[in-house]
Amino acid sequence: MNETVIAADLRKTFIGPDGKPFAAIDEVSLAVRAGELTALVGPDGAGKTTLMRMMAGLLKPDAGTLRVLGTDVAAAPQAVQNRISYMPQRFGLYEDLSVQENLDLYADLHGVPLELRRERFSRMLEMTDMARFTARPAGKLSGGMKQKLGLACTLVRSPDLLILDEPSVGVDPLSRRDLWKIVQQLVDEEKLSVIVSTAYMDEAERCGKVFVFHHGRLLAEGSPETLRGRARGLTFTARPPEGTPARDLQARLIDRPDLVIDAVPSGGDVRFIRRATGDDPRLAELLHDAPATPRPEELEDAFMMLLREHGKERGHAEPANGNDSAPQVAINGDKGEPVIVVRDLVRKFGDFTAVASTSFEVARGEIFGLLGPNGAGKTTTFRMLCGLLPATSGHLEVAGLDLRRARAEARGRIGYVSQKFSLYGNLSVRENLEFFAGAYGLRGAALKARVAASLNQFDLDPASRSGLLPAGYKQRLAMATGLIHEPDILFLDEPTSGIDPLARRTFWRTITSLAAHGVTIIVTTHFMEEAEYCDRIAIQDAGKLLALGTPHQVRQQAAGSGARDMNSAFIAIVEQGREPHGATP
Amino acid sequence: MHALIEYLAKIHFLIRKELLALFKDPANRSLLLLPALLQALLYGYGANYDLTHVPYAVLDQSRAAAATELVARIDGTGVFHRVATLTSSDQIVGMINRGEALLVISIPSDFEQRLASGSQAPLQVILDGRNSTTAASAAGYVSSIVTSYNESLGNPAAVAIDRRSWFNPNFESRWNMMPALIASISVMQTLMLAALSVAREREQGTFDQLLVTPLRPMQILVGKAVPSILVGLFQSTTILLIILFWFKIPMIGSLWLLYLALFVFTLAAVGIGLSISAVSLNMQQAMLYSFMLIMPLMLLSGLLTPVGNMPGILQTLTYANPLRFGIDLVRRVYLEGAVFSDVAFDFIPLLVIAAITLPLAAWLFRHRLA
Repeated sequence: MNETVIAADLRKTFIGPDGKPFAAIDEVSLAVRAGELTALVGPDGAGKTTLMRMMAGLLKPDAGTLRVLGTDVAAAPQAVQNRISYMPQRFGLYEDLSVQENLDLYADLHGVPLELRRERFSRMLEMTDMARFTARPAGKLSGGMKQKLGLACTLVRSPDLLILDEPSVGVDPLSRRDLWKIVQQLVDEEKLSVIVSTAYMDEAERCGKVFVFHHGRLLAEGSPETLRGRARGLTFTARPPEGTPARDLQARLIDRPDLVIDAVPSGGDVRFIRRATGDDPRLAELLHDAPATPRPEELEDAFMMLLREHGKERGHAEPANGNDSAPQVAINGDKGEPVIVVRDLVRKFGDFTAVASTSFEVARGEIFGLLGPNGAGKTTTFRMLCGLLPATSGHLEVAGLDLRRARAEARGRIGYVSQKFSLYGNLSVRENLEFFAGAYGLRGAALKARVAASLNQFDLDPASRSGLLPAGYKQRLAMATGLIHEPDILFLDEPTSGIDPLARRTFWRTITSLAAHGVTIIVTTHFMEEAEYCDRIAIQDAGKLLALGTPHQVRQQAAGSGARDMNSAFIAIVEQGREPHGATP
Repeated sequence: MHALIEYLAKIHFLIRKELLALFKDPANRSLLLLPALLQALLYGYGANYDLTHVPYAVLDQSRAAAATELVARIDGTGVFHRVATLTSSDQIVGMINRGEALLVISIPSDFEQRLASGSQAPLQVILDGRNSTTAASAAGYVSSIVTSYNESLGNPAAVAIDRRSWFNPNFESRWNMMPALIASISVMQTLMLAALSVAREREQGTFDQLLVTPLRPMQILVGKAVPSILVGLFQSTTILLIILFWFKIPMIGSLWLLYLALFVFTLAAVGIGLSISAVSLNMQQAMLYSFMLIMPLMLLSGLLTPVGNMPGILQTLTYANPLRFGIDLVRRVYLEGAVFSDVAFDFIPLLVIAAITLPLAAWLFRHRLA
């Protein structure tokens, strides 16, 4: 048998939160080859999870056939489940049980014979590098470690097919690399068939075959090489004029969807994909001061092209661009003066030091990125900066106000957009905006005017119920709320996790234009390539500041390790920082 | 002045938001009215110590006119319903054990002779003590029938008791129970509502968004407390109307004093609820804490059993129970027409509880360790 999964005209419909049915999987036919890595890629809501749950026999298809390992899953789900291992996005670890107890439990559940366990466990613990932590409760592990343990528990027996649903979501680059090492080893040594869904193109690049999904439909399939071919000849790198940040050039390019399909800042340059229409003088005009050189195409380029084509086909509006998406915020004061001053900041929880003596300054109008692996202390630092968590010691100054003495005043000068949607779901868009405007001290006509302006800027329908908005619109509402009082400083906590690449581009376009208007931005992110939009970044690990500077300087710091992009620079710096003390979990 | 207006305006926005969030959810809307309505009716009809239908059995071993007349008097009350006439004392055990009769009256064979000879004629009443409250009332009733029978025989008791029940002339337990419900039913909902209010926001992540605004803990406290208090008073009013107009229990006291009492009482309850909410990480925890609290609050309140009957240590504990003073206030104002000076003492523990729990909650909003 050469195919592990064969789907024909598969369909699954759900009822959306607004009560209307939508097709999560829409007429999908595919065949997955055995003995290799297969990737399902696509933005959130593409249908990857639904498809995987159907493969695992947890959901019944509404129409079409689905055969897994030669068996019709809908007819005999148990027969299939006995031969596969499925790791859902949130694996069910028992947080109060130790690492070993979790492994034992899953081995019991799967009826793994005792004589096979010893060898299997030691292999799993060795591969995940967790032999030292067998006695530690699973709840006390970091996010990346939990994910590795989840994988180990999934693999307590040798399945004929392994299904992994976004194993690397919310996992820092180091743990991500470790996870993939394990998967790769299994494929190489045991000829295991693995189906993995992912939002990261560098992960899909490692797979034998890639299926691209969008809104429940299969857009394209093929090996990474074939898919990449779609972007052949269209990919270039442009160098911005001396002294201007790459993101200014990126903004200029992405604001011309008629000429440019996609543009992202990278390593001080701008990588872009041009439209496939011969020599265009208008493009040459656009790039008059920025020499462009061709670069090899990547899977990411092909993916972005597919999404843009499909987005248009479905009648999606091109991302709002230019000045109309840039909120008009008037900031007084000179660019360049420090608006955030952090000196010797310390935060302890009991005898655990979450943030150790950290100092930095952020200048007005800067975009400042806070990066670090899971549990590195960046969330703690972030929460202290926006006044959600008191500092144990140290000096903290925001917008010229001491955060220890004038907390309420300082809070009035900042805006905050949290990682998950944190507005009142059963209130309408207008009611949410009015409430927060009121909480920031706006009243009467001023409030009405500000809310109207905000609705207009972010293109929001005032009457819709906030909780039912699509993810991208929730993001917009969160931004509108964070900016309702025209703050000097905007705090963004992993603002782009869970939104698709197109929405991410639009989002960053708004951010860069805010910064151009003098708003200071503090942002945390898991997407290392997003650090390229920042003026300066700080990398934290184990509570300590490991690197601080422009993306260029940070890459330089990691240059010895041959790091080209932000992702490898990040890994190199964190590893250098950990070396003297040995690996910390 | 300007600062004060701004301070109050922010609270106004918070209250408006809370009320909107509360009433926009249809499930919430029905939760506000239905349980109060249902419980008021259930308690009104269901929770009743009054004797209306007491099953009993008779074992008449004398088979004489005197015994027959006594039994006829018992039957004639309309309260006692004879389910069996026994023929031998062996049958008594079964009647009581199976719960077929609440009491068995056993008339000895020499009953008539003794009466005729003018000596004492003992009458045995066997009661089902598993249901002590009703059994005791039934026994009392039987003894009063016997007393009046004695009188008819021309043996007036040396000391006759002439009973006048004040504030509840017909001694209906509904009169005792229902006014207390004005306080006790609404406290459940108010406590729960307050307990969920912050916990829900913490769980959904909206609390962080609220804490990064310039709102001060005191403003958040007032903004959270006022809607809960309004809902509590609304529920109390619903129950008050049902008691007044459906069950027609007359109210003697002043409406103003009643509402003043209810306001202070609800304030204390909301204080406890918000403190629970401020320490809870999520809604599940908040629910658990409030359920754990509601039971002892009810038991130690004097709603069902008088506080005076409790052991000393529990009596002391009741000082921390707002429901004890809430119920006392409502009962006394409603039934006995107490004026402020009569019940002033009840306000003190309530105000103390509110003065401790409300600032505690405000402090916990920000200082609960994440």
